[in-house]
Amino acid sequence: MAKIQLNGKKITINSKSSIQDLLKKYNLINKKIAIELNGIIIPKIKFKKKYLKNKDKVEVVHFIGGG
Amino acid sequence: MKDIFKVANKKLKSRLIVGTGKYKNFQETAKAVEASGADMVTVAVRRVNILDKKKPILTDYLNPKKIIFLPNTAGCFNSSDALRTLRLAREMGGWKLVKLEVLGDKKTLYPNMIETVKSTKILTKEGFKVMVYCTDDPLLAKKLEDNGAVAIMPLASPIGSGLGLQNKINISMIIKQSKVPVIVDAGIGTASDATVAMELGCDGVLINSAIAMAKKPILMAKAFKDAVISGRNSYLAGRMEKNYIASPSSPTKGLI
Repeated sequence: MAKIQLNGKKITINSKSSIQDLLKKYNLINKKIAIELNGIIIPKIKFKKKYLKNKDKVEVVHFIGGG
Repeated sequence: MKDIFKVANKKLKSRLIVGTGKYKNFQETAKAVEASGADMVTVAVRRVNILDKKKPILTDYLNPKKIIFLPNTAGCFNSSDALRTLRLAREMGGWKLVKLEVLGDKKTLYPNMIETVKSTKILTKEGFKVMVYCTDDPLLAKKLEDNGAVAIMPLASPIGSGLGLQNKINISMIIKQSKVPVIVDAGIGTASDATVAMELGCDGVLINSAIAMAKKPILMAKAFKDAVISGRNSYLAGRMEKNYIASPSSPTKGLI
């Protein structure tokens, strides 16, 4: 198991989870989203191979209404 | 005569750009956008709500393939936050045409122009096409253009205030000097304000609160659509000279 922070909330995930696995868990596959891992933007093509480790900070953002 | 509105080589059918914030729900947002006739909408970048997987999201109601999404940096108070937001927006789907706003003060939501100029320069270097929310100072507007801004977006009055065009003189000066489109952004209160802005020669207007906060937002969206078309036509037609004495509308010859 690994403890990570997702959008400011502490969560526990299986060890050896990739970003893709995380997105699957939260129903976010094929959604218009962008990911930042520890402050660095991760391109979509790397989602499957980028594994998460303890204390990682992940931000998942999307578009909302705004002026 | 063809009257084409282009921002950074993107042709737009409507000179009205609308925001998507402050609506009651997404249905209302989508209906108002449709009624406005706008082909470009501004959108904000925020964290996904991970606790509620079934909550509807904006893209369920507005299709970015059918309407141009203009990601903005609303809520950013410094250059690094604004850059971070727009880099994420680009990652989401290749958005290069973006709206930059770097705020300087929570009470007035006035832009911090020093950070804004700095960010415009960096973003342009990174290949972004930056439409820039700014004060109505002609010198700073010129500075933005010199640093690569593809559209100058001066405020009419503070964001969400509905106070309308407070400094027509400055807006006119910016219009005269700019080689890129000038789009009045923020502060428009009602449809006639948009007409006045368009009559001054603005290339477009960006409206959010005046539509979303109207008692009937969808009807107000339609009012803005007509107001912008009217203002543009009036500008192109060229108004009559102002006279300080009367001139009869009917011929005096042949009076009985």
